[in-house]
Amino acid sequence: MFGRTIRAAALAAAVISLASGGALAQKKYDTGATDTEIKVGNLMPYSGPGSAYGVIGQVEAAYFKMINDKGGINGRKVNFISYDDAYSPPKAVEQTRKLVESDEVLLMFDPLGTANNTAIQKYLTSKKVPQLFVAAGATKFNDPKNFPWTTGWQPSYQSEARAYAKYILKEKPNAKVAVFFQNDDLGKDYLKGLKDKLGARIIAEESYETTEPTIDTHIVKLKASGADTLVNISSPKFAAQAIKKIAEIDWKPLHILSNVSSSIGSVIKPAGFENAQGVVSATYLKDPSDPQWDNDPGMKEFQSFLAKYYPEGNKRDILLITGYALAETLAQTLKQCGDDLTRENVMKQAANLKDWRTEALLPGIYMNTSPTDFAPISQLRLMRLSGEKWELFGDVINGDTDD
Amino acid sequence: MSAAEEVVAEGHEAVEAVPKRAMTLGTGTSVVVLLLLIAVPLFAKNFVIFQLTQLLYLGLAVLALNILTGGSGQFSLGQSAFYAIGAYVTAVMMEQFNVPYFLCLPVSAVLCFGAGFLFGQPALRLSGVYLALATFALATAMPQLLKLNFLEHWTGGVQGLVVTKPDAPFGLKMSQDMWLYYFTLVVVLAIYILSVNLLRSRSGRAFMAIRDNEIAASAMGINVALYKTLAFGVSAAITGVAGGLSAIAVQFVAPDSFTITLAIQLFLGMVVGGVGWLPGSIVGAAFIIFVPNIAEGISKGLSGAVFGVLLFLVIYLVPHGARQVVVQSEAWIAKIKQK
Repeated sequence: MFGRTIRAAALAAAVISLASGGALAQKKYDTGATDTEIKVGNLMPYSGPGSAYGVIGQVEAAYFKMINDKGGINGRKVNFISYDDAYSPPKAVEQTRKLVESDEVLLMFDPLGTANNTAIQKYLTSKKVPQLFVAAGATKFNDPKNFPWTTGWQPSYQSEARAYAKYILKEKPNAKVAVFFQNDDLGKDYLKGLKDKLGARIIAEESYETTEPTIDTHIVKLKASGADTLVNISSPKFAAQAIKKIAEIDWKPLHILSNVSSSIGSVIKPAGFENAQGVVSATYLKDPSDPQWDNDPGMKEFQSFLAKYYPEGNKRDILLITGYALAETLAQTLKQCGDDLTRENVMKQAANLKDWRTEALLPGIYMNTSPTDFAPISQLRLMRLSGEKWELFGDVINGDTDD
Repeated sequence: MSAAEEVVAEGHEAVEAVPKRAMTLGTGTSVVVLLLLIAVPLFAKNFVIFQLTQLLYLGLAVLALNILTGGSGQFSLGQSAFYAIGAYVTAVMMEQFNVPYFLCLPVSAVLCFGAGFLFGQPALRLSGVYLALATFALATAMPQLLKLNFLEHWTGGVQGLVVTKPDAPFGLKMSQDMWLYYFTLVVVLAIYILSVNLLRSRSGRAFMAIRDNEIAASAMGINVALYKTLAFGVSAAITGVAGGLSAIAVQFVAPDSFTITLAIQLFLGMVVGGVGWLPGSIVGAAFIIFVPNIAEGISKGLSGAVFGVLLFLVIYLVPHGARQVVVQSEAWIAKIKQK
């Protein structure tokens, strides 16, 4: 009985909303968008083990506040609703359902973490709610065929790995490559990207578990294999150990270090600058802690935004410029939607970024998406450690093409 | 002895006199609560139904801990490990072997009973805080064990495993969420009734005798070792069912879902609900689900601190949890009636 009443009421509501939708002519809306407002849902680990990433959500909120102060997007204010998922998948599911069913957001934007995004992906797909620009590098988030409502943002791990492979092929066509990687999905994603390109040139592989106290024996083994190139896909603590050990045993390979561990503060400095000279890595964002950007107009704009809207943030933190660039990407997508704010059109526009860039990206890097490619950033630039900072070199490399 | 054991000991006159009333609600109250649990989903949004389902299965997990700590007086900070086993067994069977979900739960229960019984063996030599520490080790180890390579084929490793939500059977026209809620309600009610009866039975009295005084219990001819491990086994089995239900409701399992935080939450739920008082489990579960959300609503940056303050208030004002509130209000009602 009750079920029937509810269904009847729901049907009536649907009819009414359809009728009113028709009356507005060309303006088209789904749940979460009106003439005055666009509701955007977001999850961030404000508490728990990933809470260091919480600043990304805060800087995004600050960005939309700035947009709203300037009159919003096509005249609509962005209502950015961000909840804490404590980096826990069940909590992420609960909060996502709250955002979709209770707060009735138009779309989910930038949830953080591979596990949490996987946890909510099926639900959002079944509800046909866009899951835009996820903060996770796993390649599986660029799969338009099976998951047409999910897009990535940062270069995927495979993309980055292929960029390194291209560089190796160009610089050392006869390289004998050793790969050192963390035994988890991050490491395996990278490894797949490398193998795609390098194939038999990889002569040695060593993996480690995050529970190992030291990784010295792996490095010694890799040296013994006779390799002249090392691709080092380890997390910060182990990357620092590896750099040190390589110098200690006097091994001088071409050393390529994954972007995850390219932090000067938490990897290079502890390993010793003298040990890390000549190490190669790749990046796509302007690093606010790098003085070479201090007079860059884009960086200045970012800093003045921070000063006004998020003064408590650490202005040297790369996470803040990441969040800023992400929020800009969403703003651009919504701008392209015009007055057609249906979930379908949001996905269409998210897959229709053409040579678009924000000044937070390195010069020469552009975002491109298409209906068959949901990975906005596929380009990276290489950098080499020189003295106490990274120096960019070479052209922009695209990790997703075959050239 | 530690604080929680004192709590248990303090209530023990009542337990001896009328065990059933000390553990459960009166008939009238039970009927009202049951009717509410049946009726509310008919008027609620799917999201609220999902939260209520969470409430039920987490309540079940708290109840399991309550049997262990409130019943047999043993501590566990390792419940998340059994919860994880239950969730993974159900998820793997459903997704990799296409077993229907209602058959997965008994398997989860049996396997977790085995795991709990085995873990109970070394636990025999430990008591109080030492036992709590040993179980703590279990909880911290579990997420890493789930990432092991040779299991990855089934568990999906770090990536976790996505679970398909079952549709309502027999062509019933209700949403998946509502069906799952009623399914969970039936399972939870059945286990609740079984647990109450268990604690009232010979075995239950043996648990409580061990809790109150181990030496006296063994002098009376109770096989202390057997009953202690049995309590672990039963508790683990129920936790496993709760874990299995959570896997179906959340539609996803990953190692990071079952960290030590979960074990601490369950422990918290037990204390807030009232140690040894089974209906309190639901209240405790409500506390661990809703209070963090309330705290986040008050202050996003300081949600942890707000949660801490709220928890402190609860422990300070009603140290015996929901049981104390209910017992006191029942006393007041009785007074009013007399006048």
